[in-house]
Amino acid sequence: MTDQPVLSLKEISKTFQKGTANENHVLKALSLDVNKGDFITIIGGNGSGKSTLLNSIAGNVLVDSGQININDDDVTKLKEERRAGRVGRVFQDPLMGTAPRMTVGENLAIALRRGQRRTLKFGSSAKEQDYFKSLLEPLGLGLENRLTAEMGLLSGGQRQSITLLMATMKRPELLLLDEHTAALDPKTAETILSLTNQIVEQEQLPTLMITHNMQDALYYGNRMIMMNRGQVVVDVSGEEKAQLTVQDVMELFQKATAGNQFSNEMLLG
Amino acid sequence: MDLIVTATSQGLLWGTMALGIFITYRILNLPDMTAEGSFPLGAAITTQLIINGMNPFLATFISFLVGMLAGSITGFLITKGNVPGLLAGILTMTGLYSINLRIMNRANLSLLGQTRVTDIFKSLNLPNQFDAIFLGLAIVVIMIMLLALFFKTELGQAVIATGDNEKMARAMGIPTNRTKIMGLMLSNGIIAMAGGLIAQDNGYADISMGIGTIVIGLAAVIIGEVVFGNLTFINRLICVILGAIVYRLIILLVILIGLNPNDLKLISAILLAICLALPSIRTALKLNFFIGKERVE
Repeated sequence: MTDQPVLSLKEISKTFQKGTANENHVLKALSLDVNKGDFITIIGGNGSGKSTLLNSIAGNVLVDSGQININDDDVTKLKEERRAGRVGRVFQDPLMGTAPRMTVGENLAIALRRGQRRTLKFGSSAKEQDYFKSLLEPLGLGLENRLTAEMGLLSGGQRQSITLLMATMKRPELLLLDEHTAALDPKTAETILSLTNQIVEQEQLPTLMITHNMQDALYYGNRMIMMNRGQVVVDVSGEEKAQLTVQDVMELFQKATAGNQFSNEMLLG
Repeated sequence: MDLIVTATSQGLLWGTMALGIFITYRILNLPDMTAEGSFPLGAAITTQLIINGMNPFLATFISFLVGMLAGSITGFLITKGNVPGLLAGILTMTGLYSINLRIMNRANLSLLGQTRVTDIFKSLNLPNQFDAIFLGLAIVVIMIMLLALFFKTELGQAVIATGDNEKMARAMGIPTNRTKIMGLMLSNGIIAMAGGLIAQDNGYADISMGIGTIVIGLAAVIIGEVVFGNLTFINRLICVILGAIVYRLIILLVILIGLNPNDLKLISAILLAICLALPSIRTALKLNFFIGKERVE
């Protein structure tokens, strides 16, 4: 296929606190193309720029230089809320993705209008509530009967499942997951991850997922990139990725970061 | 009986003001000091316009619009100027003091002999204060209905989401700067309109009538929540009004037992401090009076 990439990053750079003693060059002329059908897992040590990369794509961090195109539209200078219609996001903190004092139904109704202009039309219809029920039912969490419950009363896992639905129910052009299972217990994390996998495959969503878990990084997705010091140092996909083991990844990382002190904590921390 | 009538009539009008405070403090999650300036602003505008021969209803409506303007200034300071919310409100409020003096030309402006909104009930020959109760009730019912409707729309829900979780709101494409300004405008419009109504009920506008607006408004909001608990949106609005009436009753009782009226502001402040600290006091003393579901934050 000669499709254009869904997301194209051209030499993007970002420095925080420029000109001070704490100057921090987080992204260094990073280039990356994300293609249709890509489910990319991102690994890398603390401070390697993974989160800043996702924040730059989503727009809550504006890059200093370089260009960001989503499906051929230049969004480099667009603010976060103007990109929201194109980008679905799930954050690490399960409390971050939902409004606690609003009901489950109200949260979903807001998500259904992601990126749209808000008008004086009613915020949600009865028909929509039925639709939400049909979306919540397959989760098997009993949430379909709790549309009028305040979000704050639900558990972290329940809230993260709903956040995932909210990020994908109005189909985004790109799905960004920033360690979205890191704050959950292992069993819930597994449930959320398989739900993620199911949605991504079903909807054929181009996805970028940061994870600190090597096994997850290898098991999920069809492409994996490794970041170090603001650049992509490893980029493997398809068959090549499928055959990697955790041991291989460790060695890859060691090779890529030759010169700077390597430690497990840096990678897994 | 007289006491309850007075407390109710004043509570209804002050409750309207408290609805404005509720929008910023509870919905936008942004304690807005502008109220201390927009409240006398509404009083000054309404009084001056009535003295100049304008229809009192129209004058009251104009105070709403001018209050919105005051709110938009605070909104711009917060969103475009990155001024901290509390400080932005204080700046607008301080500036408004001079503007209010300019509008009134003096510190106190009397409405003696002028037609006021309460006069529409004149022909009914109601007992004292009942005209204010009817008027207050009508305004409160209309305001609550309009607010409940607005906050059910996409736009209203966007304002609620902004106050509840700004990060999520922006990720969902809600322009949070605009929704914040919108909420501040709505809030200060209501507060200014209440200022205009209360000036007409009192019979004058006074430059210092804004002092303590925040405390009175917050007291109404908090008392409503403490006494009546956690409810649906429309019931929460009604509880703000009930809270204002309860607050007025408490104040009247305090005067009745012989305390100096000059101490009223101190008493108001202490009362609010107690209400705000009540959850901690309750936990500390392991008391369980006042039923009310705890919010899960």
